[in-house]
Amino acid sequence: MMGNIEKKTVKKTSIRGRREFLRSIAMTAGLAGAAMLGIVPVVRGWVSRQRPPGALAEKEFLASCIKCGQCVQVCPVEAIHLTDIGDGFGMGTPYINSRKQACDFSCDGLQCVLACPTGALTHHINYSHQSDMAMAVVARPDMCLAIRGEGFKGLARGADFKGKLRYDDIDRWNPIPLNEHQYDLEVCDLCVRQCPIEIRIAQCEAGSPPAGDENQCPPVSAIRLVETGETDGRKTFAPEILAGCVGCGVCEMICPVEPAVIVMDVSQRGEPIKVHTGNGGHA
Amino acid sequence: MRQLIDSLSVLMGNKPRQVKPEEFSEAARAHHDLRNEKRSAEEREHIKAHRRHKAAQPKTWRIRRWIVLALVNLIFVLSYKFDVQLVEGALTGSRFVGFHMADLNAALQVMLAYKQVLINLMIGIVTIFIGWWLLGGRTFCSWVCPYHLLGEWAEILHLKLAKKGWAKHHDFDRRGRLWLWLVFVVLAFVTGYTVYETISPTGILSRALIYGPGLALIWVGALLLFEIFYSRRFWCRYACPIGLTYGLVGSISPLKVVHDASKCFHDGACRAVCMVPHVLEPTRKGHAFEIKTALGADCTRCARCIDACPTEALSFQFKAIGKPK
Repeated sequence: MMGNIEKKTVKKTSIRGRREFLRSIAMTAGLAGAAMLGIVPVVRGWVSRQRPPGALAEKEFLASCIKCGQCVQVCPVEAIHLTDIGDGFGMGTPYINSRKQACDFSCDGLQCVLACPTGALTHHINYSHQSDMAMAVVARPDMCLAIRGEGFKGLARGADFKGKLRYDDIDRWNPIPLNEHQYDLEVCDLCVRQCPIEIRIAQCEAGSPPAGDENQCPPVSAIRLVETGETDGRKTFAPEILAGCVGCGVCEMICPVEPAVIVMDVSQRGEPIKVHTGNGGHA
Repeated sequence: MRQLIDSLSVLMGNKPRQVKPEEFSEAARAHHDLRNEKRSAEEREHIKAHRRHKAAQPKTWRIRRWIVLALVNLIFVLSYKFDVQLVEGALTGSRFVGFHMADLNAALQVMLAYKQVLINLMIGIVTIFIGWWLLGGRTFCSWVCPYHLLGEWAEILHLKLAKKGWAKHHDFDRRGRLWLWLVFVVLAFVTGYTVYETISPTGILSRALIYGPGLALIWVGALLLFEIFYSRRFWCRYACPIGLTYGLVGSISPLKVVHDASKCFHDGACRAVCMVPHVLEPTRKGHAFEIKTALGADCTRCARCIDACPTEALSFQFKAIGKPK
């Protein structure tokens, strides 16, 4: 009697055990497989993101970022956001959408780089001009106001635009909403006028580098307007991107044409530290 | 030492070891002999009355724990919302008044994928390691992890549905968690990506709370549905690699839940509420080989067993070295 019951129980538990074992095999394969789906958007290049200043090359960046968002928290203009599940392995990593809110370097000290606990935003850079987020490109030259010889009057991005920008002459410490700043320009030069690199160069040439620190002076220009001729009696100009461009995206944000004439090309991102040679020339 | 090995073995997913008769302490043996004698009618009535009384008591530890869990996560959220810089970051990595903290599993994934030892991460790892070593590693799970709270709510729902026959619990082989942990270690190293972070409900929920919700929450929802209908507390019990990592840290922790056999009537109330009932092996009749035994490393120190025990046989004890007194 006893023996029979024991045998039955043993058999029952062993069937149960086998079922549990198979379930756990399925679980391991299923969860690992689900996680590995994250590789698809990465290798297929479904998304290419403009990363915050100092970001390592994309592969190393994704490996080293711990997805904590500390860079998001310190940014004074809230330019940095975290990606969602559509980015696969890149989920939870920081990116910038320049058209909505560019990095205007108004923190001066690369706060996001300092905040990064893993060096995914490399600690080897100290100044804005050393970053390399992208390269500006004039994507739709036919729509460019300067190329058409037109001026610009009013709010750069309309009254509903939420983005902010620092205007040194208004408030050096607090960026203001773009929709609080009126322009009246004979020739539209917003992309050059508001370029943080160009502004720094101008300050340095005037003998007052940002924070009184000569190291803040960018060695090479980023953008300038080149006179191209005349149409209907108006002078025409074309924006020219120079080696000093760090891809901060301010020009893309401020461009009053919809969609923007000038955009960030992240494929032209190189090493975070640029070695500048030669003279880019100043506008 | 033997207890530590047993505890780690159970943590890795093995069944609790059958303790040999000669391993029982003198006191434990005498105790079990005494328990085998029939209880008097008066004693039985007394136990019943006490059980009823206890069942009506508020779940003190659960309330405390939910408050702590909510507060910890709220500090992250509010610190960012009001820019007070008390705690910056998310549960994967953060700064507490400027001092680095790193989730051990997230830090492990990053260093395996990136193949570099990062100094800030090391600081964060050591801080967190000491903290969770003191409190018992899986304390993170039940006192901090936001998914654990959702899991508890899903469990309540599961039990209600199970009662009506609309849901049924399915056990998994607990060794699966170790396999999964190893698979994610290998994947991080081989692919060079923090593969596990893609499905980590802890990271997803923490970021969603702090930075706003996203589509990734669908994954968390799917896990919860799986728990409600198919397997009670599936993620925390059978799958989560973070839980295993912290279980290892907590295996040698001075803070433990201790079982006192002299007060135990083997009701099984503790095992009925416990997420990891295999750590409550000593509460089974005749299984306690000491009068006082500390629960194993997989214990999350959630204290639901302390709330549930009708005879106060389970309690928190803090002891740096040696056996619990």
